[in-house]
Amino acid sequence: MNLSWTLVIWLSVGAYAFKMLGFVVVGSRTLPDVLARCLMLIPAALLGAMVLNGTFTDAQSIVIDERAIGLLVAVVAAWRKLPLIVVVVLAATTTAILRLV
Amino acid sequence: MKLRIEPDVRPVVTSALALSGAVGVFALAFGVLAVGAGASVWQTCALSFFAFTGASQMSAMSIVSTGGTVSAALGSGLLLAARNGVYGLALSPYFGESLGKRLLAAHFVIDETTAMMTAQTNPRLQKIAFWTTAIALFSLWNLGTLIGAVLGGSIDPQTYGLDVGFTAAYITMLVPHLRTKNGRIAAAGGGLLSVALAPLLPVGLPILVSGLAIFVGVKPQRVPASV
Repeated sequence: MNLSWTLVIWLSVGAYAFKMLGFVVVGSRTLPDVLARCLMLIPAALLGAMVLNGTFTDAQSIVIDERAIGLLVAVVAAWRKLPLIVVVVLAATTTAILRLV
Repeated sequence: MKLRIEPDVRPVVTSALALSGAVGVFALAFGVLAVGAGASVWQTCALSFFAFTGASQMSAMSIVSTGGTVSAALGSGLLLAARNGVYGLALSPYFGESLGKRLLAAHFVIDETTAMMTAQTNPRLQKIAFWTTAIALFSLWNLGTLIGAVLGGSIDPQTYGLDVGFTAAYITMLVPHLRTKNGRIAAAGGGLLSVALAPLLPVGLPILVSGLAIFVGVKPQRVPASV
């Protein structure tokens, strides 16, 4: 199977266009307080979404599987302030072992 | 002369390097997945260098590998990439007038750099957090991709739980944002929205829509004591 360069090129162009967009729209102006406060919450909202969406969905269905346990392990490890790489390895290993069972 | 790193800069640099190291490991997973999906080593490396937005690259390749069309893969990749535009909106005021510098900085506006930058409160540390993360992460992301792509189809990412590795990394990036009440509400709200909407919307879109959770910020967090 071959992947088309069209996908590679358009994803690259599109990704940069989006990154530029924010910088062009706002420039170096200072945003109103309320707006700035909301915008700063974007990473929290989207990271939360990627964590839960990445764990509890498969394509378009809601599922609970080995990943949920992996997530639990990661949350506990992160909460105990273990180093990032340890958190990642623990979560991945737990999930991998559960998938074997 | 000895290079002195000021005490307040050290934790910022340390966490930027730790994050980049871990992301480098995911880059390996991306390289493996992309080659498995039918991309050549060159195409895989070009994506990491030019698109440089992990979740988009990953989702595009997953769709291709599960037999999706090029347009479905592109659509999902771009939907996930759109959030970088919103990050740009938030970060833009912190970058100077110089157009060249802004054009360069734009390429590095991603989840990790935004998270690291917005976790800092003073402008000097914000700038250091952004650029340290940008340079270290870009280098290791591309190196990891190359190694993963060369190793190729001999590894199945699912077998090693690498997909959950991504989630685990997102969790550690989320932790600093959970210090404030609004941060916690936004994270929980965004997460629940993205799962609830999954059956209704095409893959990628629920993540974007979850951004609506930021409107909890409209209400100021602490009511100042009346004078």
